[in-house]
This record gives sequence, structure tokens and C-alpha cells, in this order.
Amino acid sequence: MSTAPVRPRIDDIADAVERGERIGEEEALRLLRHPDLTELAWLADRVRRRHVPDQVVTYVGGRNVNYSNVCYVDCKFCAFYRHADADDAYVLPNETIVEKVREMVAAGGTELLMQGGLHPDLKIDWFERLFRDIKQACPEAWLHSLTSTELRYVAKRSKISLRECLERLKAAGLGSLPGGGAEMLPAKVREQLAPLKETGEQWLECHELAHELGLRSSATMMYGHVESHEDRVEHLRMLRELQDRTGGFTAFICWSFQGPGPDLDTPAATGFEYLRTAAVGRIYLDNVAHHQSSWVTQGPKIAQVAMHHGLDDMGSTMMEENVVSAAGTTYRLDAVEIERLIREAGFEPVQRDTLYRRLTEPGGVGPALAAARAARESGAA
Amino acid sequence: MSHSPLLERRARAAGLSDVLEAVLDGRRLDREQGLRLYACPDLPTVGALANVVRERISGDRTWWVRNQHVNYTNVCNKGCKFCAFQVKPKDPRGYVLSIDDVRQRIRQHLHQPITEVHVVAGINPKLSFEYYLDLVRAIKEERPGVCVKAFTMIEIHQIARAGRMSVREAVEALKEAGLDAVPGGGAEVFADDVHAELFKAKLDSSGWCDVAREVHAAGLRSNATLLYGMGETVEQKVTHFERLRELQDETGGLLTFIPLAFHPANTELDHLPTPTGAQNLREIALARLMLDNVEHVKAYWIMISPEIMQAGLWYGADDIDGSVLREEIVHEAGATTPQELQVRELVERIREAGRRPIERDALYREIERSDENSSQAAGGAA
Repeated sequence: MSTAPVRPRIDDIADAVERGERIGEEEALRLLRHPDLTELAWLADRVRRRHVPDQVVTYVGGRNVNYSNVCYVDCKFCAFYRHADADDAYVLPNETIVEKVREMVAAGGTELLMQGGLHPDLKIDWFERLFRDIKQACPEAWLHSLTSTELRYVAKRSKISLRECLERLKAAGLGSLPGGGAEMLPAKVREQLAPLKETGEQWLECHELAHELGLRSSATMMYGHVESHEDRVEHLRMLRELQDRTGGFTAFICWSFQGPGPDLDTPAATGFEYLRTAAVGRIYLDNVAHHQSSWVTQGPKIAQVAMHHGLDDMGSTMMEENVVSAAGTTYRLDAVEIERLIREAGFEPVQRDTLYRRLTEPGGVGPALAAARAARESGAA
Repeated sequence: MSHSPLLERRARAAGLSDVLEAVLDGRRLDREQGLRLYACPDLPTVGALANVVRERISGDRTWWVRNQHVNYTNVCNKGCKFCAFQVKPKDPRGYVLSIDDVRQRIRQHLHQPITEVHVVAGINPKLSFEYYLDLVRAIKEERPGVCVKAFTMIEIHQIARAGRMSVREAVEALKEAGLDAVPGGGAEVFADDVHAELFKAKLDSSGWCDVAREVHAAGLRSNATLLYGMGETVEQKVTHFERLRELQDETGGLLTFIPLAFHPANTELDHLPTPTGAQNLREIALARLMLDNVEHVKAYWIMISPEIMQAGLWYGADDIDGSVLREEIVHEAGATTPQELQVRELVERIREAGRRPIERDALYREIERSDENSSQAAGGAA
């Protein structure tokens, strides 16, 4: 027998959360250092219920397409990019991309998450044509595509403003912006991590502009490399402040750095740290309705358990993933397995679209599930 | 002990106030409470209740061991449907480690500061009684002072049969040869219909408990397990816990309980899905709450992943097993956990989860080491 360990209490924060009050940066910092995982889980669940009162956990049918791996930015955490003169550098032809989108729609998917590197030859007209080709072939496909970094680069190479770039792409069919590229927004840590990438302020500016133009976007955080807990809180503060102004973020997604990478010798952060960070993200970002788990980076077990730690979305069926897997992590989940994970955790799965509109009632069979079942049956036969 | 008002609030919201009271008073949970805990949607609060018990016993300590596994034969006549390791007698893939092979394997790891050798294998009717005694003696000769934790209740039953003697006599002979403790495998799930369906040739639950009684009567500690994820019901699992804690009331010989997640790949049951992370955590919590008289509950990282193991340290577990050199049985069944996760990494994961890693031997004696190999420095061994 031994005495129970003495640890800091968070009852005051719990009281505030239960009263529906917002917590401050000091509190967020305390929570990020709080070891009692299930207490954090419970608080995060209180905040989840304000936004998603029922037991539904959503996911989106979608596909990742990486139109090019050419990039000159040299981010230390990235194992995907190549320089233009590399043997395995590529740019996918429009027909190939359209074919991939057709496959996605046939698989019951709606969301095309298209991201690539910063390729000097791909300008606004290349993207306009690509988006139009996709929308013409598959009008139902939702283009959740191009991160802030890419958009800014396309604008620069095309000698147009970021606003014009966004407006023209929206007119060509762009639906919303993925949140990638935020990494860590605070300047000091960002300079260490991705010195050549746009600044955190620029990332925020792009999302604010997008929100102003009626394009929703998601917010992200990549932690577990060179940042401190204070940096994480500052990152979250910057996101919350923008969301207070625009309300344009649909969701928050965090993931750990999948290291060690080519130039960054940090071991990967662990499952415990993910659950804690995701729970604190939910509690602090009280103005973002949906919090998505990342099975691609954390694996299905932790992504599922995260539903008990305040998250309400399992992300995308994805079909194809090239960036994280380049760093050595590979998982594959179809809609059947995603729904099983959700149900086994005691929640009700529902397929959604990119704007988190549910495609069926709880208990219904969405297009991705129907297609995944059919694929399994034909595979078994 | 003290507890936070927050926990009271959580237990109330989850309809588990009575469980919290019982846990704080150290009272045993009944069957209905067990079933309610299995059904409760608020998994983190179920975990928090288990954590009260866990911290009362172990505080923030988390036990780990440097161990080596020896699976001396894969030949087995039991034909359990959940097993990917077994081959039938006469199967060309079958192997038996000679005593020299075993010596060789022990010598391979002599440079590593292992304190426990964990020995389990198939039920191979060709092996003589002397073989088992020689096996234990050989390990002790090659590595004097190491704890030999060997032979499930099923194997001990077979050893007695091979020696044409009572289980008591066989256990005494094994102990004389150097056996220190007995692992917990082979219990599977204590339910007659699951037994009949999936492992009918194996010793049944009464038989398992009978052998355990003899082991404990000889002064040896043993572990116990529950294999879940094969379609068993929550009622059957609660019964399993009830029977184990009755056995423990009687003998006091159980040391650690290990919930074992079924790995369906390469078994006759490969149509079944692998238990999810949420289930891994719930089984840990239920074991901790129901088995009030068993000291330790293990989050066996090889079976549930190192990530879920970390979370498990807040859902009732106070032990993670250990460095595990050569793990063949689970890996035959498709576990993808890196086989020799560095000790350093395991210890770091415990610490990251806000717990204090303590290196132990098979009997939970704390291992004191010089700086180089201490659990604080945790270097060198892997």
C-alpha cells in the first residue's frame, strides 16, 4: 500500500467549464501539464456537448490527392517533398487527378483534399483549369484544397493579390481551405521549424481573408517538435482570437510531429500526449464546433479513444495518403472500419460533408459505408 | 484517502456514485455493478474509478521488468481456435527447443540485465517430465539468480500427466528444480459454452483453478488472465472476475491480472475484428475494479500498443510488462508492435504519461541499479 500521489487540482477550471465559461491561457497551460488524463477527458466532453449534444461522431468520405511533390521550402519535418530536378519529382496530369476524383465519388466520397508542394511553374491558370475540369467531371466533389502556403505562393508566382487568387479559385470551384501549414504559428518556434515558410501571421491573414470571402477552413496544430507548452497555448490563442472575429473555422485538428525527420531528430510524441493535447484543444478552443481526430498520424486505437477525450469527428476515409506515410506511418481505414471504431467506443457514426452537415440520420447508411461494404463483398467473392 | 469533488460529480453524472463509495470504502463490487460498468458510456469516468484503486495500491508507481521469453515448443494437441502459434503434432513446422537450444537462448542475452525468464509453450505430449525439469534447471544454471516464471496451469497439468503424478507432486518437483512463479495464461474465459466452442480440449475453468490452488499451496505466486475479443459476453467476463477473486480469497496466490486482447490474424477466428483501443481500456478498468484482492493489473503493451498502454496507466493499470526479448506467440498472430522496443523508450513513455517507472523482478521486488542501468537512467539494456 502507498499513499495516493499529491497532484495539482483543477476543480476551479472544472467549475468554470461546467458554468460554460471560457478558460484563459494560464488555465490552458495548467491543463497541458495536468497528468490526470481522465479528468481532462471529462472536461473536454463537457465542452463537446455544448457543440455536439448527441452521441454522434462524424466522418467524411474523401480522398487525398497530392498533385505534385515538388517544393523548395525544405521544411525540416517533411519527408514528402522533392526538388524539381529530383528523379522522383512529379506533377500529376489533370486527367489523372480527374480520374482519382471519379474514383472518390464512386466510393461514396465527397471531399477532395488536394495539397502539394510549392512548385514554381504551377500558376493560377493551371489551378483554375484543374478545378474547372474536376467540377465539370464531378460537380458533386467538394474541393477542400490548397493550404495557405500554396495559395500565397500561387498568388506570388502569378503576380496577383492573395485576395484575387482566392476569388478566382472560388469562382473556379474551390469550396474550402484545409488547415495544413499552420504547424506552430508563434514566430520564434516557427523560425526554427520552417524558416522559409510563410509566417504565422500570414497563415492567419490568409484564413481570415478566406472567411471574409465565404470560404470556410479548418485550423490545425502540429506539436511535439521544438515548441514549449507556452508555444502551444499561444498557437491556440491565435486561432481562438481569429475564430472570435470570423467564425470561419469548421474544425480543429492537431497531430504530433511524425519524427524523427530528415533534419529534425526529435522522437515522435506519444499517444498520451496526443490525448492530452487534443482534450486541451477542445477545452480552450470553445468557439470551434468540431474537433477531429487524426487516425492517419495516431493510429486507429488512439484516434478512437480520442472520442472519449472530447473529439467528435474521425476525419476522412482518405483512400490515399502520401505525406504522412512518407515519414513511415501507414494506416488504412475504410468506412466500415471507421464506423466500427465509432460504434465500439459507444458513439453513433454518421457520414458528413466538408461543412459538417450530416448526410444521414444516426443509424443510416451513408454513401461511403454502402460503397465500402460493396467493395468488401466483391473483394471477398 | 482524499478524493476530489470533481470525481464525485463525474461519478454522479455517470450513475456510478455507489461504485465510487464502494471503491473509496474498499468494499467489493457486486455483479450488477460490474455489468453497469461494462455498459457505462462514460469510459473515462470508469477509468477514473479504477484509478482510485490503482493509486491506493501503487500510488503513481508503474512497474516494469526486463524479461526474456522462451517458447520451447509450438507443437500442441489442444487445437484452440484462437491460437496462431500452435501446430499439430507431426506438422513439419513444429519445433521443440532442446535443452541446449534453451541454454543458447539464455546465453544470447547474458549481457543484458534481465531479471525474469518467461516460459510458455504448446501442450506437446512427446515431451517427458524430465524435459521440463531440465528446462528450468538449465535456465538457472546459465543465469543464476534469474526468476523463472514458467508454465501455464495447462502446461503444469500436462507436466503432472507426463510424470504420472499428482499436480501437487509435479509442482513440488518444478519448484525444487528452480521454478519461481507461474504465468497467468490459459485461463482464457471461464465460461462453459465458450470453452466448448473454442478450446474444448483444454483444461476447463475448474481444472485451471484446481491447478492454481496447488501452485499457490506450494508457495508459488501466479498471474491470471482473461482473453477477450472472441465473442464472449460481458456476463461471462464478470463471472470470470468473480471466480478469480473467490480463488484469490482462498489462496492469496495471485499476483497480477493481465487482460489479454485477442489477435485474430492467422487464427481460425480471423473473421473477427481486433479489439479496439476503447475496449482495451475498458477491460483494464473493469479488471482493476472487480478484482479488489489482486494487487496488480497489467497493460500489456505488446498486445494493446504502447500508446494505449500509456493511457491504460490512468485506466487502472500499474504494470506494463517489460522489455520482452523474443515474443513469438503474439507475433504469430499478427501483432505489429516493434519486437524489441528499447527499455529506454518504455520507461520514457511511462514518465510521459505522468507516472513513476519502477523496475521490478518477477515478484515485484524493486531492482536497484547503478546509474548506468537504473530505471531512472534506463540506458543500455536494449
